[in-house]
Amino acid sequence: MNQVLFIASSFALTCFVLGMVIAVYRMGTGPTMADRVLALDTMYINGMLILLTLGLRFNSPLYFDIALLICIFGFVGSVAMAKFLLRGEVIEP
Amino acid sequence: MMTDLPVWAAAVVSFLLVVAGFFALTGSVGLLRLRDFYSRIHAPTLANTLAAFCLVVSILITASFVQHRFVAHSLLVSFFLIITSPVTAMLLMRAAIKRQLRHDLKERNEAPEQG
Repeated sequence: MNQVLFIASSFALTCFVLGMVIAVYRMGTGPTMADRVLALDTMYINGMLILLTLGLRFNSPLYFDIALLICIFGFVGSVAMAKFLLRGEVIEP
Repeated sequence: MMTDLPVWAAAVVSFLLVVAGFFALTGSVGLLRLRDFYSRIHAPTLANTLAAFCLVVSILITASFVQHRFVAHSLLVSFFLIITSPVTAMLLMRAAIKRQLRHDLKERNEAPEQG
């Protein structure tokens, strides 16, 4: 049964990596700036999912903390960039 | 490597992993294939949240069986993602609408001078 789990986690990792590649393509060729920010958002979430899957495969709790940090800081970065697109500055006086 | 789980737990975890991979790939393909930004923003924000939830539940089951007690701290990632993903989507949509309006206004102001 361990073999099935190994194959399933390999499939999940492949899907996440493909999603990251697609997001990088969209970030390069996005028609608008909001597309690029959305692609960056997708990319960091896919990276977070890769880290969680690696933590499940290696059975180590360290990956979970890194995934939580990526989640928090990625959200802050996405909101800062969306705010910059909206107003032209991040922190308004 | 992986410790030995019971058969039904390994089956459930494998199924959740496959579902998570499928939904993450669906969201990214939607980001690639859909036509304009307003339809494109639906795919990743919805599908990635569901993929993260499935993955987090599978991690919860595995960690609970390995440590012989209920381990729920991995639900924090899903909880945080469910809170923050709509906020990002709403801000991005507002930014796109504002930029589109500004662009249209500039074009409309420049058109009579040329004609």
